[in-house]
Amino acid sequence: MLSYALRRLLSAIPTLFIIVTASFFMMRLAPGGPFDQERTLEATVMANLNATFGLDKPLWQQYGIYLSNLFQGDMGPSFIYRDKRVHEILAEGLPISVQLGATALILALVLGALLGSIAALRQNTKTDFAVIAVATFGITVPNFVVAPVLSLVFAVILSWLPAQGWGQWNQMILPVIALALPQIAVVTRLIRGSMIEALRSDHVRTARAYGLPTHMVVGKHALRAAILPAISYLGPAAAALLTGSIVVEQVFNLPGIGRYFVIGALNRDYTLVMGTVVIVAVFVVVFNLIVDLLYAVLDPRVRYD
Amino acid sequence: MMTLSIKTTLLSATILAGLTSAASAATYMRGNDGNPETLDQHKTSTVAEANILRDLYEGLVVYTPTAEIAPGVAEEWEVTDDGLTYTFKLRDDAAWSNGDPVTAGDFVYSLQRIMTPETGAKYANILYPIQNAEAINKGEMEPSELGVKALDDKTLEITLAQATPFFIELLTHQTGLPVHPASVDAHGADFVQPGNMVSNGAYSLTSNILNDKIVLTKNANFHDADNVAIEEVNYLPFEDRATCVRAWEAGEVHSCSDLPAEDIERLRGQHDTAVRVVPYLGTYYYALNHKDDTLADPEVRQALSMAIDREFLADEIFQGTMVPAESFVPPGIGNYAAGSPVTEYFDMSMLDREDKAAEILAAKGISPDSPVTIELMYNTSENHKNAATAIADMWSNLGVNVEFNVRDASAHYAHLRDKGDFDVARAGWIGDYSDPQNFLFMVESDNDGFNYANYDNAEYDGLMDQAAAETDLDKRAALLQQAEGLFMRDLPFIPLLYYSSRSLVSPDLQGWEDNIQNVHATRYLSLPQ
Repeated sequence: MLSYALRRLLSAIPTLFIIVTASFFMMRLAPGGPFDQERTLEATVMANLNATFGLDKPLWQQYGIYLSNLFQGDMGPSFIYRDKRVHEILAEGLPISVQLGATALILALVLGALLGSIAALRQNTKTDFAVIAVATFGITVPNFVVAPVLSLVFAVILSWLPAQGWGQWNQMILPVIALALPQIAVVTRLIRGSMIEALRSDHVRTARAYGLPTHMVVGKHALRAAILPAISYLGPAAAALLTGSIVVEQVFNLPGIGRYFVIGALNRDYTLVMGTVVIVAVFVVVFNLIVDLLYAVLDPRVRYD
Repeated sequence: MMTLSIKTTLLSATILAGLTSAASAATYMRGNDGNPETLDQHKTSTVAEANILRDLYEGLVVYTPTAEIAPGVAEEWEVTDDGLTYTFKLRDDAAWSNGDPVTAGDFVYSLQRIMTPETGAKYANILYPIQNAEAINKGEMEPSELGVKALDDKTLEITLAQATPFFIELLTHQTGLPVHPASVDAHGADFVQPGNMVSNGAYSLTSNILNDKIVLTKNANFHDADNVAIEEVNYLPFEDRATCVRAWEAGEVHSCSDLPAEDIERLRGQHDTAVRVVPYLGTYYYALNHKDDTLADPEVRQALSMAIDREFLADEIFQGTMVPAESFVPPGIGNYAAGSPVTEYFDMSMLDREDKAAEILAAKGISPDSPVTIELMYNTSENHKNAATAIADMWSNLGVNVEFNVRDASAHYAHLRDKGDFDVARAGWIGDYSDPQNFLFMVESDNDGFNYANYDNAEYDGLMDQAAAETDLDKRAALLQQAEGLFMRDLPFIPLLYYSSRSLVSPDLQGWEDNIQNVHATRYLSLPQ
């Protein structure tokens, strides 16, 4: 399995290279540049800025410089946040996004598995319908509605929790809920479906026939099979969660990196966009690998040699 | 009885939460427009940066709480009769946060640094009136040749290329703030980092985390430190204005620097005096391309302007946060004793204006039966979209059909800058200094960057040149008024609305004076218990 993992990681290098190259040139195809703002800059000033940032060089040369810097772990200067380099910006924000995303992810997996299992065990009862109704609601109501409503109710009206900011533990609660809710809903539905199937499978029936108590049957035998679809869903979802969400960050004023995808692209902050693309690409590759490895652990039928 | 006690508990909990979350009363939690792009006064360009830099540094002159110019590091200054040479006498007790005295040499160093091409200063051109500044910024001359000299440690002489009556106004801009030369030499571009930065204002930099907060602490070496009441300022960047409003209502911030228009009415109802909507030095306008066949006709342009119901835009689209514009230069601007010229049709009723506009266009063969189509270009934004839709509707009654062309801000302004083809384009201008020249210079025929309209009128250029050479402020104002008269006749831009600044200010925060520049240095504010 180790050699399989290594092979997968090696094959990720050309993938990343293609992603970097494609996004570098696509970014440059967008009309306008980082210094085109509401206020047009004086021609001299513009020329000085372009020279400072090397934008006056031919594109292939800029690409070469970017790649060689990237190999040395330098993602270049941000065109907008001029006091920092891109890897410094990402290093400041990434731990915050990861902390929020990981908490939301664990919450989603635990609560989703619990609710999904309960619904499956009580299939077609009131409990089942209630869980499904809540889950459907959770999937359909978007983040940009849930987040401000949470903040309005719990911070402004009830004053139980802070409305925004970062640094204290209680400032994490609302953003984590906002991030986790839609994921809980999806995981619940996935688990419910696969659990119903698992409960009817031969090995679960055998376990029951041996007289094992329900919590053992469900927890040890059924859940192991039922959780597989949720795991394959959560792989890419984790990459998205851990790299932040612009909506949740803006609503709760959090210094994560989710906003840089959108803001960087709108500002034509080429290097910042490239930096976030690289981070997300790495996360997606790594999490897909983790999912595949988990499959081997959880499903005895899957083996990598 | 029961409900009453629950209410009291909730109420006291609210008050308690408000007190604790706003930290100790000596800490001012200050909502800012967004994260500053830089804290380097020579690379700066945004209002969010100006707010922070104003607290960190003191320039030769400063703004009072009501935005009048007052002595800063310079306690007095003299101008020669030809308006070319300014001599500043620096105050003896001006000091840097590390105790070094602030000297004339520091200003020489700073002004040379902003003009050095390698600095990549976005606003270098604002100081081009200084002798040789433009040539240095172009790399044609050495920075040492700049018209700025230290006669001694406390006397600074600045020589201008030509008389500039608003030069002192220019020095209020954050680009005129000094840097501490030894820190810049030691740390290079990193002199702005906490721990490296040495500043000469009421506050010094303690920490700076991108998109989280910037913490400033009172500078004990500041010459007026005795009168600075607030010990610590936390600048919180709010990209989403609604988030700041919720934080304010939850008692987590003392002031917000902007508000969503749709919230204004509710906030006014609930927190009357906290909502400050104040005229601001800016104009929202549509540029008309004078090279376009239809728009080349000045009467057509007049008709288009006449038919726009600005009251509707201000009240309905912008919820009373903008003011209908009847001139390009906003009212309340400095050095404009004469004021903007009056344009007749603004005295007519809207119905009469529409009839007149229809009449003018009918004479040109344009009517709903034989319509023309023009393209209206704007940058993505809900408000710009609503305004454009409303205006298109007003024009459609005259036989002018509108097609929209929407791009994001970078693409929109790049298109205008590159002289791309367009008919009508939305834009806005916020003055950098309080002088009508800062608005009217935009459509001089040789202004490549801003003259989107391709307006080319020798008479207008002549008046602007005359005004530039005139040192008598009243005569100069009269010349500028004539120029604006031509502007309103020829309409390179159709002025639509004047901007307002919108702030939310806690009643706990004392000393906040509404002003047209929307400047509120923390040193004048206080948070009494």
